Amino acid sequence: MFIRMIRGALFRQRGKMLLIAFTIALGTSLATAMLNVMLDVGDKVNQELKTYGANITVKPKDSSLLSDLYDVEDEGDVIQTSYLKEEEVGKLKTIFWAFNIVDFAPFIDADITLADGSQVKLVGTWFNHHLELPTGENLDVGVTSLRTWWDIADGTWLDEQTEGSENAIMIGTVLAEREGWKVGDTISLEGPASSCEAVITGIFDAGGDEDEQIYAPLDLVQELSDTEGKVAYIEVSALTTPDNDLAKRAAQNPAALSAKDYETWYCTAYVSAICYQIQEAITDSVASAVRQVAESEGAILDKTQLLMILITILSLIGSALGISNLVTASVMERAQEIGLLKAIGAKDRSITGLVLTEILITALVGGVAGYFLGFGFAQLIGRTVFGSAIEMKVMVIPIVIVLISLVTAAGSLPAIRMVLRLRPAEVLHGSKA
Amino acid sequence: MSLLELKNISKIYGELKALDNVNIKVEKGEWVAIMGPSGSGKSTMMNIIGCMDKPSLGEVLLDGVDISKESSKKLTEIRRDKIGLIFQQFHMVNYLTAVENVMVSQYYHSMPDEEEALEALGRVGLRERAKHLPSQLSGGEQQRVCVARALINAPELILADEPTGNLDEANENIVLDLFRQLHREGTTLIVVTHDPEVAEAAQRTIVLEHGRVAREIINENFQE
Repeated sequence: MFIRMIRGALFRQRGKMLLIAFTIALGTSLATAMLNVMLDVGDKVNQELKTYGANITVKPKDSSLLSDLYDVEDEGDVIQTSYLKEEEVGKLKTIFWAFNIVDFAPFIDADITLADGSQVKLVGTWFNHHLELPTGENLDVGVTSLRTWWDIADGTWLDEQTEGSENAIMIGTVLAEREGWKVGDTISLEGPASSCEAVITGIFDAGGDEDEQIYAPLDLVQELSDTEGKVAYIEVSALTTPDNDLAKRAAQNPAALSAKDYETWYCTAYVSAICYQIQEAITDSVASAVRQVAESEGAILDKTQLLMILITILSLIGSALGISNLVTASVMERAQEIGLLKAIGAKDRSITGLVLTEILITALVGGVAGYFLGFGFAQLIGRTVFGSAIEMKVMVIPIVIVLISLVTAAGSLPAIRMVLRLRPAEVLHGSKA
Repeated sequence: MSLLELKNISKIYGELKALDNVNIKVEKGEWVAIMGPSGSGKSTMMNIIGCMDKPSLGEVLLDGVDISKESSKKLTEIRRDKIGLIFQQFHMVNYLTAVENVMVSQYYHSMPDEEEALEALGRVGLRERAKHLPSQLSGGEQQRVCVARALINAPELILADEPTGNLDEANENIVLDLFRQLHREGTTLIVVTHDPEVAEAAQRTIVLEHGRVAREIINENFQE
């Protein structure tokens, strides 16, 4: 009979039940969309922030020591006495947080002499260097994707994967103007060890010192400066988690952390944890965060996440109020029916069970529909705002189930208790004659 | 021993005495009508007899047991086991069919039995309407379903509040005939009404005025 009553209530009052299911679906969809977006927004914003370039620099230990001692950042001001090994650069993609390493490029500088006798800084690096990792992963890394803000004033980015690119170069706009060079011109470069002819493929406007420099493939500069297989430093762009107290303590001395703190820190994508792991992977290296970038990214990320959390909480409260009100109203509407059931001998427990079962089944239907609807909304937000899909977070499912169950129960239980407190006489006819 | 005895019953709401020192006895198998104008205390008396309310003062003896001080839970059990209720507004569960409305009463009493419920509907002439929803039944048919629901658990007492108040004459006669049939079978009937014709169908009429028993009338022309 219980099942017949539930079936009767659900199927013979379709309109009413669909309205409740629809409200629950809307509330659920809002909760699902906002939770999915909130949980994904960190990665999305982080990805967006990567357009600001590298946030970690890896240098040889000795070079770093000199920089620290003399408080100079520009490698050109320091005599390069030690190098990193080019063959180890790919190891960046083998650390624990390998998937968070978005891009990187090794650099080596050399002062070269032009045909007119003037000296120019030549920077050797990877542009779109193809790497085949021992893990079987293939990827292209380099300044083409690391320096996204460079404006190519003329020509194109240097493409390392085309024939003849080994003697191709890119030059800054200031240098191009000063020397009267154009794309396609061939210029002589005389390095400390050898000289060569190189063709200009692109002129870039970086808005900084780079505009007075020449950028060439790493191999070319190594050859000109007799530093084959060596790199002066590596710039790394990594997705990181904003620092907290633990990260700051760890950055000073990871060895001072307790075993539990160390594990937490090591397994979280703090910039200091990633730097530590890079140092473990690359021989005699010191990896340090580019503080301004890391801190700005952290601050933006923190603020964006806080904003999303607030919007999500408000959305959830709105959904909860909507669902709760409708469920309360729907239970209150049934006062006469509940009074009748009590009059013919139903116990409070049986009535509560009956009404709650009906509402929870309705909530389940509305909740499932709302979840998928909400996931659709999340995709819409992701595509519109970030231009990419929002990842489906499995943890949202239990959160939404608990939330909707609580909201539905919170909306129905007080109403059921209120109705149960009414005496049948009051609901079925006035007790005062 | 009387089936029901009200001893010095009063029901007081603040300054208002809805019932004022009422004494009534109803014997087993008797058919009693309670009459009176609006505000005379009829519905209050019905609520007290039907275990849906408690008196402020006095004793209510049902089958010799005082139920006036019982808890709500106990009163629900007594109501379920001993009393069949019929209301003026019918009060059916609108999403259940006629037979399911009868079975609900069985469900909360003991075990639902569809065949038995169909037989009860047959007694009120509605077996062929068993699968209809309340919205598909006329007022008279709905009230007959309520009669079937009231008698399905073979209660000792059927308590009807204005059972013909919303019915036309033809349906009123059908319901009264059903009551006569139940009376012949030995069921005790208490019918609250303001309709003299309904009251005249009973063996005895108790007239209430201002919460007191004004008079009792024995129906000399009572027909079994």
